[in-house]
Amino acid sequence: MEKVVIIGAGHGGVQAAASLRDEGFQGEIVLISEERELPYQKPPLSKGYLQGKQTEAAILFRSEQYYANNTIQLLLGVKVTAIDAQQQVVVTADGTTIGYSHLILATGAANRQLRFDGQEPANVYYLRTLSDAKWIDQQLQEAQNVVIIGGGFIGLELAALSVEKGKTVTVIEAQSRLMERVLPEVISNVFYETHLEKGVQVHLNAGVTGIDADGIVHLSDGSTLQADLILAGIGVVPETQLAEAAGIACDNGITVNEFQQTNIPNVYAIGDVANHYNPYAGKNLRLESVQNAVDQAKTAVHHILGNPTAYHAVPWFWTYQYHLKLQMAGISIGYDEYVVRGEPDSGKFSIYYYKAGKLIGVDSLNKPADHLNARKLLELDIHPTKTEITDLSVALKTLITV
Amino acid sequence: MPNITYIETDGTTHNIELPLGATIMEGAIQNDVKGIVAECGGSCMCATCHVYVDESFLDKLPAMEEEEEEMLEGATAEVKANSRLGCQVRITNELDGITVTVPEEQ
Repeated sequence: MEKVVIIGAGHGGVQAAASLRDEGFQGEIVLISEERELPYQKPPLSKGYLQGKQTEAAILFRSEQYYANNTIQLLLGVKVTAIDAQQQVVVTADGTTIGYSHLILATGAANRQLRFDGQEPANVYYLRTLSDAKWIDQQLQEAQNVVIIGGGFIGLELAALSVEKGKTVTVIEAQSRLMERVLPEVISNVFYETHLEKGVQVHLNAGVTGIDADGIVHLSDGSTLQADLILAGIGVVPETQLAEAAGIACDNGITVNEFQQTNIPNVYAIGDVANHYNPYAGKNLRLESVQNAVDQAKTAVHHILGNPTAYHAVPWFWTYQYHLKLQMAGISIGYDEYVVRGEPDSGKFSIYYYKAGKLIGVDSLNKPADHLNARKLLELDIHPTKTEITDLSVALKTLITV
Repeated sequence: MPNITYIETDGTTHNIELPLGATIMEGAIQNDVKGIVAECGGSCMCATCHVYVDESFLDKLPAMEEEEEEMLEGATAEVKANSRLGCQVRITNELDGITVTVPEEQ
């Protein structure tokens, strides 16, 4: 009998299990998670969950009953320690072996850790899992001075919700502006101004040179900050140890083809951990997003079910800070020109990025309809002229013709 | 707990009791109602939890915020007067007995 084993129960792993059943797979499905909780969504942790707006029950993917009803064997609190690709088995920490006909690696990524002289300071905390979030939530009850290292999405989402809880918040960012890796200056600036207005202190071009056990944070300019709680969001590293040990090819993630296949037969990788050729980026990369995890899960499932469809989905991402809802479609890195639709001062506008005359990405700030349209434009390979974009009397919906 | 009826596109119905405060989207996803996708997990980001609500309950629903209205414009299926995003409608006692219908596509 066919048996699909899925390692990792984030967006990718859960979607793979659900899609297998939705598409009529009759074999066994085993979904393995190192965490003890029922599988839950990670994006709300740094937003609604820590804000107290979403409960633990609300961020579960599915009820416990769902897995039973769909004969998905859920192994919680189980760590896979080895893959034997020859025998087609995985081995868990207690020595149990589980055979598979197909294996899906949805192992995700781990937080990059700060190190000083090779040492990881014990009083710096990271957000990845629900138990991390619970711990941070508890600390935020008592702490007043919160120092956040890293001015990317996670760091800034944490900054926003902490200052809204009345904390004194300082963000330390090594680059010259916020979210520099993924956003143009005009949008970075809106977020920067908003964080300042809300009372967050932002240190740009600033490095951390050391952290003392009593919460003193030393900055590269020689100054110091006193923190009750130190959080860091400085990027992630793909979880490839299992794959590497099993002889699966890795290069900044697990290397996969357009069907999510690794170099080892019957082994697939999806989501944050999968280094793939992305047609929208025009190169190999990993994407850390819900969209990528979900769509790659479907791609792997289609291949397993003998109905292969190459991965070709428009990337999209979002962040939520205060009243600012930023939605990104496509991959705009490498643009040579952009045009703005709407008035930046109004706090509601979109930026359309072009490369060699073609639309490659759109960032929408508090303009959800622009975002949804943008995903369709990119998917259908429609390239509006810059005049059409800047002319608000042109309804972008009308440009979408199938 | 209030009782909600979901009708899938093929006519399959699910009668589900939902705790107060849960959203129509959460009730659908956790109980395996087909046709509600909820890609973004309830952040009003994707318009893939579009539903048609029982017209007799329209005045008992929370008013639509601008954001939801704008997202609905981008929904894939036809947007009607009784269209809502399931993630933006929380269950109250007043909604006991409501029926929601899943659109053809998300």
